[in-house]
Amino acid sequence: MRTGDLLALRPAGLYCEAGDFYIDPIHAVPRALITHAHADHARPGHEAVLATDDTLAVMAIRYGAAFAGETQAIGYGENLRIADADVCFYPAGHVLGSAQILVQDAGSRIVVSGDFKREADPTCAPFEPIACDTFVSEATFGLPIFRHSHSRNEIAKLVASLRLFPERTHLVGAYAFGKAQRLIALLRQAGHDRPIYIHGALEKLTEYYASRGIALGNVRKVTGATDLAGEIVLCPPSSTNDLWSRKFAEPLVAFASGWMRVRARARQSGIELPLVVSDHADWDGLCATAVETGCSELLVTHGEADALVHYAQTRGIAAEPLHFTGYGDDEATPAETAA
Amino acid sequence: MNRFAQLLDRLQREPSRLGKLRLMTDYFRSAPDPDRGFGLAALTGALSFRYAKPGLVKALIATRVDPVLFDLSYDFVGDLSETVALLWPAGAAEEEDALPLSTVVRALSDTGKIDLPRVLAELLDGLDETGRWALLKLITGAMRIGASARLAKQAVAKLGGKGIDEIEDLWHGLALPYIGLFAWLEGREPRPITDDPAPFCPAMLAHALEEEELTDLPPAEFFAEWKWDGIRVQAVVGEKSGKVVRLFSRTGEDISAAFPDLVDMLASLPCRTVSIDGELLIRRDGRVQSFSVLQQRLNRKRVCAALLADYPAHIRAYDLLSLDGEDLRALPFFERRRGLEAFVACADTARLDLSPSIDFKSWDFLAAARRDPLAAGVGPDAAAIEGVMLKRCDSAYVPGRPKGLWYKWKRDPFTIDAVLMYAQRGHGKRSSFYSDYTFGVWHQTAEGEALVAVGKAYFGFTDEELGKLDHYVRNHTSNRFGPVREIAHGKEEGLVLEIAFDGVNRSSRHKSGVAMRFPRINRIRWDKPVREADRLEALDALLRE
Ligand SMILES: [Zn+2]
Ligand SMILES: [Zn+2]
Repeated sequence: MRTGDLLALRPAGLYCEAGDFYIDPIHAVPRALITHAHADHARPGHEAVLATDDTLAVMAIRYGAAFAGETQAIGYGENLRIADADVCFYPAGHVLGSAQILVQDAGSRIVVSGDFKREADPTCAPFEPIACDTFVSEATFGLPIFRHSHSRNEIAKLVASLRLFPERTHLVGAYAFGKAQRLIALLRQAGHDRPIYIHGALEKLTEYYASRGIALGNVRKVTGATDLAGEIVLCPPSSTNDLWSRKFAEPLVAFASGWMRVRARARQSGIELPLVVSDHADWDGLCATAVETGCSELLVTHGEADALVHYAQTRGIAAEPLHFTGYGDDEATPAETAA
Repeated sequence: MNRFAQLLDRLQREPSRLGKLRLMTDYFRSAPDPDRGFGLAALTGALSFRYAKPGLVKALIATRVDPVLFDLSYDFVGDLSETVALLWPAGAAEEEDALPLSTVVRALSDTGKIDLPRVLAELLDGLDETGRWALLKLITGAMRIGASARLAKQAVAKLGGKGIDEIEDLWHGLALPYIGLFAWLEGREPRPITDDPAPFCPAMLAHALEEEELTDLPPAEFFAEWKWDGIRVQAVVGEKSGKVVRLFSRTGEDISAAFPDLVDMLASLPCRTVSIDGELLIRRDGRVQSFSVLQQRLNRKRVCAALLADYPAHIRAYDLLSLDGEDLRALPFFERRRGLEAFVACADTARLDLSPSIDFKSWDFLAAARRDPLAAGVGPDAAAIEGVMLKRCDSAYVPGRPKGLWYKWKRDPFTIDAVLMYAQRGHGKRSSFYSDYTFGVWHQTAEGEALVAVGKAYFGFTDEELGKLDHYVRNHTSNRFGPVREIAHGKEEGLVLEIAFDGVNRSSRHKSGVAMRFPRINRIRWDKPVREADRLEALDALLRE
C-alpha cells in the first residue's frame, strides 16, 4: 500500500494514524467512521462513531440505541478535522445514508468508497466521483459478466409476471436494508399502485424510509393467514423457502440481487424469477469510476478483486487487492444466507 | 431461436420433473416443423457439428475480450456457454423468432471451417443474452439443464399419448428433423418404419437395493449374479447383404470402432442375428482384470495391435434380447437366460462367456457372498466384482429403470476422514460455488508429518451443505493459485470431511501413489479435530488387500 502514511491495513480494517480512527472496522474499536449501515461495514460496539445521520439512525434501528459509546452525525460535503487528518463524506449511491469518505492530509487524498453504485436510485442520493490520489473500491461485481441492465427492466419483468400469474403470490426475496425499500420505490415509479406486503423483519426499516419522505405508497405488514394471491410480498432472502412462505397462494419465488445474472446462482437456490437488481456498481460502473476519480492508485477491498485490479493496471493505474475478509454479505444469495 | 432459447432457460429454472415435461411437451406441440425436430435433437444430445466446437467459441471470445478477464469470468461462471453469452458485447434483441432454430443449426453444420467464426459472430450479434446462451449450448453440447434425453423423449411421447418405450424402440432408426415421428404422434401418418439391421434396444437398468426391502422379497423368485465392474454393453449382429455388427454403450452410443477384437468375434457367432446384453471387461490370461485396467484401454485414442494384445476385450453375457430375428424381450428372464446359456455354449469362443449365477437359498447367504466374493467361490475374477445383481425370474426386459424387477446391491463403500486442502468452483449445476474439493490425509514425509492430497470429491452433499462449504471456503482461503483456493489446513486448523469411496487403485499420477474410486463426501465433520483425520497407511492397507 503506497498510502502507508495516511491509511494502513490492520486486522480490524483500514486505519488512519493521523486521525487515529478506523473506517468500517470489523471489530469494535475506539473510533470508527462508518460508510453505511450494512452489517458487514457497520458493526456495533465501537466507542465513538462518525457517520451520516441516516446511517446512525439505521444502526440504531438494527442494533438498538446503545450501539456505540458516542455518535456524531456528519452531512454530505461537510469538512471535519480529526487530529491531523481532514475528512469529508460524499454520497455513494448505495443505500440511504451511504457515503464515500475522503481522508486527506497535506500529502495525499484518499477516498474510501465503502459500497457504491452508479445507477440512479429513488431512495438515496446519487454517487459523486471525487478526485483523489488513491481510490479504495469494492468489487462485489468485479467481472465483465456483470452488466446490470436498467433496474426498471427488471421491475417490468416482475409486473409482467404478476399479470401472467394473477393466482400466485409473488414472493420477492430482498436484502432487508436498502434493496427492499428500493424495490418498493421502483415499483411505485413503474406505476404499480396495489398495496405491497412486507415481512415483519422489514417493517422498521421501511417505516424509517417512509419517514424520510421516500414515496413508498401503501405498504402493509403480512399478518394472519391471508394467502395474498396476485400480490407482491417482500421478505428477507432466507424467508423465501422457509415455513413462513408456505401460507401464500402457490408462491412464485423471485429474488432481487446482482448475482441473479448468473444462471447457476438463481438455479441453485430454486428461484423462479431472478431479478437482476443490485445495489452495487456493475463492471462498467466499477471501471468507469476508477478512471473518473483520476486516481493513480486503486485498492480493492472485497469481491472479485482480481479482474478490476487487472483492468486498472491496463489503464496505467497502480492497483492491488487488499485481501481483507469480512465485507461482502449484503448481496448474498439465498443459499448463502441459509448457511 | 427465441422460442427454443426460452424453453431452455425455463427448463434450467424449473425444479420439478413434471414441470419440465410439461414445458417440453408444450414446445413440441407449438413449435413448427422442422424447428421442433432440431429442438428434440438438441435436447436428446443428437446434434453435433463438425467444426462448431467449444474450441471455436473460445477462440472467438478471445478476439472480443481480454484473455485474463475471460479466464476470471469463466472460472466464476463455470459454464462456457453462459460465460461467453454474458461477455459477448450486447447486440439488438431478436425480433419475434426471426432466426428459426433450423436456420441456426444449418448455418452451424453447413458452414466451412474458414467462414464459421464470422457466421457464428453474426449469429451471436443478432441474439439477446438468453438467445446467445442457447445457441452456445447447441455448440458445446453440454445442455446441463436438468432434463435428460429420456425426459425429452417422454415429452415427445406425451404429444401422441404414447409410452416412452415406443419412442425408444424407434429412436435409433429415426433421422433429423423427425418429421415422420411428429406426423405419427399427431395422428397424421402411420408409425415410421425403420430398416436398421442392427438396432440398439434401450437398456433395462436396475434399482439400487435398500437392504430393508429384502424382507419383502421372496428369495425363491429371484436369480442372482455378480455385478461385474466393466462397462455395460449391447452387442448386436444383424444382416443386410452381409453381417452388420455393432457394439453399443448402455446409452446407445456406437462404440464398435474402439473394439475391433470384439467385432471380429461377434461377426463369427453361429447365428444370423443376435442381440446380447453384457459387460465389457478386459480378460488377460483367463482372468478378468479390474476396472482400472479396462480404463487404460478406454483412455487410448488409437487402437493399435499392441493395445489389442495387452488389453484383450471380453464380453460377459447377462441377457439375450433377440436371436435369429426373434425378439425375446417379452419372455420371462429365466427363459431368456436358458436361451443365453445355450447360445454361449454353442458359440464356444474365448471372448464371450456367461455371467455365472450365484446359488443361494437365503438373503443371509447372498449377503455373505456379497461381502466376500472370494469365499463364495468366485475364483480369480474377484477383483472385478462390485456387488451382486438380483433379477426377478419372471421379469421381461423392460427399457429404463422399471420398479421391482432388477436390483443392484453394491458392496458397502469404504470411508476415511480426510482434510479439506483445496477448493475450486464447480461446473454445470454447481458452477459459481466452490464445490470441487481436494482432500488429503496425514503422512510422514521428509519434512515431517504433513497432509498429502489423495483425491477430489464434488458431490455427496446437500444444497444446504454446499452453501455452508462454499462459505467456509471463502472465509478460510489461505492462498490462491489461479482458480484454485488453498484452504487453511494444518495441525491446528482445517475441516475434516468423511469421504466414502468404492476402492483404491495404484496411481503414478498422484503424489500419494493411490487413487480412490468414486470418492464422495459422506459427512462433514465440522467439529472433528484435524489431528484425528486418517493417515495414508489406511489407504495403503486397502491396496494390499
Ligand atoms: Zn453495503
Ligand atoms: Zn459491502
